[in-house]
Parts: sequence; structure tokens; C-alpha cells
Amino acid sequence: MDDGDQIVKKFMYMNRKTPYGTIYALESLEVVLIAAAFDQDVSLVFADDGVYQLMKDQSTEEIGMKNFSPTYSALGDYDIKKIYIEKESLDERGLSLDDLQDLKYEDEDDDWAEKDSIHLVSRDELAEVIDQQDVVFSF
Amino acid sequence: MKFGILVNEGPYTHQASDSAYEFAKAAIEKGHEIFRVFFYHDGVNNGTSLAVPPQDDRHIPNQWSELAKDHSVDLVLCVAAAQRRGMLDEDEAKRNGKTSHNVAEGFRISGLGQLIEAGIQADRMVVFGD
Amino acid sequence: MAMLHTVNKSPFEKNSLESCLRLAKAGSAVLLTEDGVVGAMKGTKHSKDVADAMANISFYVLGPDLKARGLSENNVAEGIKVVDYSGFVDLAAEHESVQAWL
Repeated sequence: MDDGDQIVKKFMYMNRKTPYGTIYALESLEVVLIAAAFDQDVSLVFADDGVYQLMKDQSTEEIGMKNFSPTYSALGDYDIKKIYIEKESLDERGLSLDDLQDLKYEDEDDDWAEKDSIHLVSRDELAEVIDQQDVVFSF
Repeated sequence: MKFGILVNEGPYTHQASDSAYEFAKAAIEKGHEIFRVFFYHDGVNNGTSLAVPPQDDRHIPNQWSELAKDHSVDLVLCVAAAQRRGMLDEDEAKRNGKTSHNVAEGFRISGLGQLIEAGIQADRMVVFGD
Repeated sequence: MAMLHTVNKSPFEKNSLESCLRLAKAGSAVLLTEDGVVGAMKGTKHSKDVADAMANISFYVLGPDLKARGLSENNVAEGIKVVDYSGFVDLAAEHESVQAWL
């Protein structure tokens, strides 16, 4: 079947805020999960304080809010596998990838081998990725 | 050219809704089309029919309603964000056992898919927030 | 044409302008709006960062937001072009995509 008129755009979700203080991180994630059904080219960026969204061991019981961080590990099942983290943002905050959740996806073209969804990129590499996007959503 | 607009903040506290409105008006005046304005996060509060601002202030929800009426602009409130914040249309109110509803004329409630569709269909997506 | 970046926060309040300038590619444009217009003024602590970025990024500021805040166009740093909402629409149309640094 000819699906040549199917538009595929590059969508980027830019996350620059910590979770819980405001609802943006959670509602951004909700958009991303819906977007996954549209067969578009989806990337997520975590830069500045956005890197805190992916911290391991989040525990929200004492603030009375739902801990939505486990949802990030499901992104691979939604075929969202381009997750860019700006290295400089981690460095500035005294963090490394070890502090963040390890996000993976199963590659259907490679016998479902488990691969890393997280791409640690430098500032310049990230600038390049941003520049290629058709639609950038920031919340 | 077709523009999609995303409004992330409610009326009055942030300038986002005013800026988005001025942008939409200017785009229409120049002959562009506004494919859709999608209201997300607290932005859904722009669609309230219950706002009673002082007479000498602008009426933000009414401004949007009039824009929708005069130029058939599609104004969509995100259903998930709206339900959280107590914005319900008649159908949603009924479904959730509520006795009143508060969505202003020209706005409709729909899913997040409408935002993604706007991103796909519009030539440019412009975001207004905090 | 490359990307149009919009910044609506004062650089004295948030790092949006700083993040934008470090991640905007050469050849792109930055439009300062709302409280972001503060970043367009001459003689501030942040003027040098903007002036340095001007080497490969073009800068615009939204006139209506300047006026609302009592900021004179005469005090806008050299090289930054003042536009109205019609100009904002033109910039959005002329560039391939628009990113808001919220």
C-alpha cells in the first residue's frame, strides 16, 4: 500500500525543569506517551534542571504526590528511543549518568536486543540535534 | 501559512495567553490561517465561561471566543488537563456526575492527540508559556 | 532559514536566555518577548553575552513588550531589531521552526 502521503515530522520534547515543583514534567510525559501513537520521529531532551526528572530512587510519599518516574522506563515500549541528555547540564550539577535511570529499548531489527535509549551528548551535539527538528514542544 | 499555537498558562497570571492572542490576531490579519489553538496545563483555564474580570480590564476568555467566532479558529482544551482543573463541558459534566459545566463558547474539549495533529498539520508550531 | 528561538524570561530571573544562547546554532534567530525584552537592553550585566552571540545569531525584540515596560527603543542594544506582532509572525513564517525557551 502506498503510504507516501503520510507526514513524518521530527518532534522534540524539551525538558528543562525539575519534577514535582510544577506539573510540567508530568504533563510533558503525558504528551509524549500520546505522541508515540502517531508514528512521528520523536526525541526527548533533558537539559538544565530537566536532568533531575530522570533521577533514580525518587520517593514522593512524604510530599503526597504520585511518583511518575517509573513511567520513563516504559518509554522504550512506546518505541521512544531517542533520549538526549546534555553532558554539561549533568557536570554543572555534580551528576553523572550513574545517578539517572538506565533507559533501554528492544531493537526489533536486531533480534530484540536491548539497547540504550539514552544518548549523552555535548552542548554542540545537542545544538545540532535541536536545529534539525520540525516541531519543538517545551512546557 | 498554517500556524498551530500551544498555550501552557492560564489567563491573567502569566502573559502567555495575551501574547498568544496577539500573535494569532496578527497572523490572521496577515492572511495566515490558525489551524488550531491548543490549551494545556493551566492554559485550559482560558476556556472558562465563569470569568468576570473588572469592566476596565480585558476579558481573556471572551477575546478567544470572539476570535473563534469571527475567524473559525479551533480552540481546544486538553481533556486530561481540564478534568484535573475543574473545566468541564456539558458532556463531561454529565459523565462525571457533576451538576454544572463551565466551558466558554468557541472552545471544545478534546484529547492530547489534537496537539500532535496540530504539530503535524501546521507549518509552524508556536508555544506560549511560562 | 534556520530556527527562530523565543525567550520570554528576564536573564536576571531565569537562565532561559543563557540556555538559548548556548544551544542556538549559528545562523538562527532569537526573539525576546514578554519579560525577555530585558535581555535586549544596553548596559546590563547580560549585554556582553548578547553582543558576543550576535556574531552569528540575529536578535529581535518585541516592541509592544518594551513599551509596556517603559523601556525605550533608544536603549536597546545596537544590532537588535525591534519588531511588532506582525514582525513576530513574519519571523515565525520565515524560519523553519520555532522553539520557545520556557
